[in-house]
Amino acid sequence: MSAGILLQLAQTLLAILLAPLLMGWVNQCRAWLQGRSAPPITQPYRTLKKLFHKDAVIAHTATPLFRFAPYMIFACMALAAGLVPTLANDLPLSPAADVIALVGIFALARVFLALAAMDIGTAFGTLGARREMLVSFLAEPALLMVFFTASLISHSTELPVIVETLAHKEFVIYPSLAFAAVAFWMVSTAENARIPVDNPATHLELTMIHEAMILEYSARHLALIEWAVALKLFTYSALGIALFLPWGIAAQGDAGALSLAVAAMLLKLMLGGAFLAFIEAISAKLRLFRAPEYLGTAFLLAVLGMLIHFLLEV
Amino acid sequence: MMETLTLLSSDPVQWAWGVVLFWLALGFASLLLQGAPRLLNRLVFPLGALGALCIAGVGAAGLGLPATTAVLPIGLPDLPFHLRLDALSAFFMLLLGAAAFGITVYAAGYFRDMAAGPLALLALWYHLFLAGMLTVLLADDAYAFMVAWEVMALASYFLVTADHKVPEIRRAGFLYLLIAHVGAVALLLAFGVLQGGHGDYTFDTMRLAEMTPFWASAAYLLALFGFGAKAGLVPMHVWLPEAHPAAPSPVSALMSGVMLKTAIYGLLRVSFDLLNVQLGWWGTLALALGLITALYGVIFAAVQSDMKRLLAWSSIENIGVIVAAFGLTLIFYTDGKGALAALTLTALLYHALNHAFFKGLLFVGTGSVLHATGERNMGRLGGLMRFMPWTAWLTLIGALAIAGLPPLNGFVSEWLLLQAFLFTPGLSQPYLNMVIPVAAATVALAAALAAYVMVKFYGVVFLGQPRHPALNQAHEAGWPERLGMLWLAAGCVLLGLFPAQVVGWLTPVVRLLTNQTLVNDGNWLTLAPVSAERASYAPLIFFAVVAAVLLLTYLWVRRIYHGRVRRSDPWDCGYPEQDARMQDSAEGFGQPIRQIFEVFMKVERETPDPFDRKPRYSGASLDKLWFILYEPIARATGWLSEQAGRLQHGRIQWYLIYSFATLIFLLVFTR
Repeated sequence: MSAGILLQLAQTLLAILLAPLLMGWVNQCRAWLQGRSAPPITQPYRTLKKLFHKDAVIAHTATPLFRFAPYMIFACMALAAGLVPTLANDLPLSPAADVIALVGIFALARVFLALAAMDIGTAFGTLGARREMLVSFLAEPALLMVFFTASLISHSTELPVIVETLAHKEFVIYPSLAFAAVAFWMVSTAENARIPVDNPATHLELTMIHEAMILEYSARHLALIEWAVALKLFTYSALGIALFLPWGIAAQGDAGALSLAVAAMLLKLMLGGAFLAFIEAISAKLRLFRAPEYLGTAFLLAVLGMLIHFLLEV
Repeated sequence: MMETLTLLSSDPVQWAWGVVLFWLALGFASLLLQGAPRLLNRLVFPLGALGALCIAGVGAAGLGLPATTAVLPIGLPDLPFHLRLDALSAFFMLLLGAAAFGITVYAAGYFRDMAAGPLALLALWYHLFLAGMLTVLLADDAYAFMVAWEVMALASYFLVTADHKVPEIRRAGFLYLLIAHVGAVALLLAFGVLQGGHGDYTFDTMRLAEMTPFWASAAYLLALFGFGAKAGLVPMHVWLPEAHPAAPSPVSALMSGVMLKTAIYGLLRVSFDLLNVQLGWWGTLALALGLITALYGVIFAAVQSDMKRLLAWSSIENIGVIVAAFGLTLIFYTDGKGALAALTLTALLYHALNHAFFKGLLFVGTGSVLHATGERNMGRLGGLMRFMPWTAWLTLIGALAIAGLPPLNGFVSEWLLLQAFLFTPGLSQPYLNMVIPVAAATVALAAALAAYVMVKFYGVVFLGQPRHPALNQAHEAGWPERLGMLWLAAGCVLLGLFPAQVVGWLTPVVRLLTNQTLVNDGNWLTLAPVSAERASYAPLIFFAVVAAVLLLTYLWVRRIYHGRVRRSDPWDCGYPEQDARMQDSAEGFGQPIRQIFEVFMKVERETPDPFDRKPRYSGASLDKLWFILYEPIARATGWLSEQAGRLQHGRIQWYLIYSFATLIFLLVFTR
């Protein structure tokens, strides 16, 4: 039990510490693909350090909710990172929340961010909150449907059981999971404010969603939010890996399996990050009212995956 | 003395009836107290709250006890009131008592500024309303049930029209009364079918009546229509967004939080207890209606700009979720999957209880806002968190809970329901088992939209800058109001953190209706329906981890770095001239939803000319069903009564001829 708790802590801390590195890697790949000279991979850490040292500037009209939200969002993302099996599978925290609750954690963080964005009462803040909720009300059910497909295959909504079924049982190809994987990719780009739904590098008022919400934040609050954003990207990547490429995640917590798991995870994250940067480099951002169509497609694909499960796999 | 006490305590139905009498007495006493406004102000509502607490206690105690009955020698000769308290009644009594306690404590403060005359009338109807709802839950014959049902409907009608000088409120009240009675007629007919020709209207006879599937279906459809009209199922929902906002806020809270649940109670009572035949398609029908209602309600909630109307539409959504759970329960039950029926029934009851708490909390929260600002239109509110922090933070709990966010209570019931959807592949009917998980997508969509609605509601009303200078004088709610809200908010938190216990309490009800129990495979911390391998959820651990990380991060940031803060003007991309009117209005925040779901709406907008010096904007997204379904009916009714009016000349000769013709007709045909 105590070994399990240690492993749990180690995995969560590793996720928290590695998350900015993944962000740096994606930014680096993107810069290369765009023909720019890339910032060092550790750039996100430097940014965080700089932000933590600065004095926070807060609007006169801010309420305590505004200052509370960054901590809340960071805590939610840390919990999510602790729940998703990145290194080892059966961790002590996992019975606390299944995939539906995981969707709930992301929703909780998002609602707090949207509320904090509306707190100052600027035009951009409310605009960002409205757009974020628009994107999420379609993305969230689509994500849930992706999880449902995996749950129907494994007869469980517990992440460890799903990973166990998909990784360690006999090798079966599930066509439904192919649809689910495409839907998951589309949802994760939307949820992580990436191209084609949002552009993390923009501050152009007509297009920004996520950036509009955090315009008023500075210093340590901004640092926590940026860190939480990196952690969210990391958690989503780990989720995608756990659902669709689970091979390598350690079933038991012994040293050999764990070191293999770390190597496998790093490799998969590197490839995944490079792929994300590649997709971002070759596609353009959608107009805002195209985003519901994009996410509607993701939703339909996920539902289609579920139907295919019933038609072909039962 | 001790003997009478033990006698009483062993018989919860007596206690419950005692509270009914107490509330009635309190209501009529308040009429007499008009001369003593101080006494009226200070005494009546707190005593009413005490009665509610008592009912919550009786309900909690009654959950574990076998059914008790009583016969009251009131009513018509040879037609006494039969009362019965079983686990189902006890659960809804617990819901009624617990929610009504918080709301009535709140009401004690909310109505303090009213003049004695109107207050006395209001207190009378308020307590009659409570007594009516309680008697509905206790009734064990159709006669008592219908009398109580009508008392409830009429008392709430008078409460809705408390502010009867406003024409819209009179209109809303009329619509409410009309649909309530159309529903009541359907219920009367349903009971007529249920008694199966015996002429005995006690529920005991109905339980034993032999029914063919045809007549059972007829009774079920009538009951679904009648109770659906009360609960606000689409398409019988039109009265709800009119009537609930018109009432004073504590009454809105009672109507949305509790009265709608009496319809759910009736639906469960008739279909699981009284009808001895159940058919699978009943469940499919209810599931489809519920899902449509849920989606329809939440879409319209997103485009409202009146905060109470927004909450009323959100009640329609929640009723839709509950009825969908009801349909799923029937489907599982008729398919012989008792354990799964137990799971969905648990989700249903849990959600009903949750809704009573968070909707009650949100409605009284809007009451405080209304009291402080005199404004219901969200477009003229904003920034209230700074002036009324108690109301704002407590309402935040309600808003997060209704948005279905963990670790609060709304999440638990939605989680249970979604789990139930994942079990449908086990159903034996082909196609149905495929379609139903897709229906889960609808529930998920409605839940996600509910979060949108709540961000809009909370963000526009409590956050941002005040959209009106007068709001700077908004005052915080008084202590009774805060206590009432605190009770309801505590309910939201505790029901969310201890689901394993709550599911344990629900076991007797579930066993009564489905002969099965939901097995919790987890310990007291963990909720794991059916098996821990399939799904588990431990909100307390969840909460503890989030709180711990939050605290650690806070301490770490403060310790390693610093906590320095500088205040300045908002940044807003460096744009200097911004004012409160540049924030999203309520219409603005709902605009994407309006654009996506415009097919359901009739949008009426008035956009100003760009050169207009005093621009006025107005926009309303109206319910298309009103124009498609209700206006033709209203026109047809008008036409029919006009035709009937031709018979009326006002001349005595003609009326004598009518009577004579009728007499001849009857003599010929009834020989």
